[in-house]
Amino acid sequence: MNIIVCVKQVPDTMDVKIDPVTKNLIREGIEGVINPFDKNAIEEAVKIKDEYGGKVTAISMGPPQFKESLKEALAMGVDEAILISDRAFAGADTLATSYVLAEAIKKIGNYDLIFCGKHAVDADTGQVGPEIAERLGIPQITFVKSLKLENDAVVAERLLEDAVEKVTVKLPAVITTTKELNEPRYPSPIKIMKAARKEIPIWSASELNADPEQIGLKGSPTQVVDIFTPEKTTEVEMIQGTAEEIANTLFEKLREKKVL
Amino acid sequence: MTATNSSEYKGIWVFAEQRDGVIANVTFELLGKCREFADKLGQKLSAVLIGENLEDTAHELIYFGADEVILADSPVFSKYRTNPYTDILVELVNEYKPSMIIYGATSVGRDLAPRVAARLKTGLTADCLDLEVDDNGLLIQTKPSYGGNIMCKIICPNHRPQMTTVRPKVFPMPARDSSRTGEIVRKKVNIKEEDIPVKIIETAKEESKGPKIEEADVIVAGGRGLETKENLKLIKELADVLGGTIGVTRPLVDEGWLPPYYQIGQSGKTVKPKLIITCGISGAVQFTVGMQSADVIVAIDKNPDAPIFNVATYGIVGRVEEIVPELIKKFKAMLNK
Repeated sequence: MNIIVCVKQVPDTMDVKIDPVTKNLIREGIEGVINPFDKNAIEEAVKIKDEYGGKVTAISMGPPQFKESLKEALAMGVDEAILISDRAFAGADTLATSYVLAEAIKKIGNYDLIFCGKHAVDADTGQVGPEIAERLGIPQITFVKSLKLENDAVVAERLLEDAVEKVTVKLPAVITTTKELNEPRYPSPIKIMKAARKEIPIWSASELNADPEQIGLKGSPTQVVDIFTPEKTTEVEMIQGTAEEIANTLFEKLREKKVL
Repeated sequence: MTATNSSEYKGIWVFAEQRDGVIANVTFELLGKCREFADKLGQKLSAVLIGENLEDTAHELIYFGADEVILADSPVFSKYRTNPYTDILVELVNEYKPSMIIYGATSVGRDLAPRVAARLKTGLTADCLDLEVDDNGLLIQTKPSYGGNIMCKIICPNHRPQMTTVRPKVFPMPARDSSRTGEIVRKKVNIKEEDIPVKIIETAKEESKGPKIEEADVIVAGGRGLETKENLKLIKELADVLGGTIGVTRPLVDEGWLPPYYQIGQSGKTVKPKLIITCGISGAVQFTVGMQSADVIVAIDKNPDAPIFNVATYGIVGRVEEIVPELIKKFKAMLNK
């Protein structure tokens, strides 16, 4: 079973601010971590490999510091990690990102399963997984909460708004993972040390023979034209007194507002 | 990337999401908003309806604002599946060349739209909270990032169709007008079941008592400040008294107190009730982004500096255990229940 996991490094906090003048994210003091849903993807891939044998490769597109997350993936049990990094990739939207990742996946070749987190918590699009599937011309199963292999097929449960849908598809396929799928492992100190010593190759645009028209800003149909912090519009009215007084006042207020 | 010739692309499409013949409310909300765009630009508003046995359902889309319904009706579409829906939608786009396609940011929309975008090699913006069009028909899409801490305005200037998924409940439900008329265009379907890779084995509905959380008029929501799982009973009782339902924050779901169905916020549901009472919720933006458009927000938290008071209409500083029982008593007496 050959498995590829797509990993994104995201800020460890969503409490980020933008510089009102430059419109850039203030990155001071923000650490990078593996996108939480991608940890579920790594965990599932390693679990399957442990049971059925094979190899797990983690890939990530981003700047050199994304190596940190790939090292963590290695410590969690991934066999190999590849950083896909080139200045020419900068400014990629999901379409351009999926192009590069799909090209890297083709270069690795011979895959049975591809895992992505259901979305990244920073940009929150959830688009790259399905876009990779389309570019590879293979099926996708999104929002997966349980997974098992049956011969050359996979049976998965998908977590929908108010239902769980059980589906099956022949391999290869792209799976996007939810936090319900598993509990990601904490790597042991020995594994962290071993992972730190492991070589992480870097693939650039030329190593992928990437079409310059399809990468970075050029390959991105969407453009961000403004970025801002949302403003709050209302002023809170505090209700004080004993619990009983509060209940009485609140009831009157809600009656006035016609919500009761 | 080669740009598309934008002038060839005209018309506004709403992807009409349905399950078992019932149109999702977000579809009507999108028709309402896109009706404004269609009138402003002098373009046609079409609803694209894909499914099985939907002749009657199609008229509803016209009553809610569509000029026409493009209907692809076939047993292969009886339940949503990525591949056949992508195939037919892309075929329709290539035939009719719409300027924009708007989807609900639901499990269906967020599975389908990126697949369509990658096949058409066009742009897609996820999970929008607002849409505008300029006089040239350029769609300006506002989406949250970083859990709603930051908003981005995004455009797709040189590729068509412009595509976006929009979160349910951000646009109001338009009025239904059964005197409206429009055309139903039936599309011949050549997709065969044996060519579809994914098979659905079963669909199990999640059971919940009371109204669906996305549609409830009153929600009582609990967070870490409930302190004990036992106190979930308090918010349930208050919700019952008010004829509403309950919701929780992500930490309580992670703790296993309630299934993800009840989760409100960035990685859960977006709700827009008339009244929400938050109990012991400090108000991290990941939570408030899912409920801040409620008409009236009552926040109860023991920490007077909790950020929930920045979005609340009424604030009460106190412990849930002390305040909520009094509210139950008072509301029960006054509402005669």
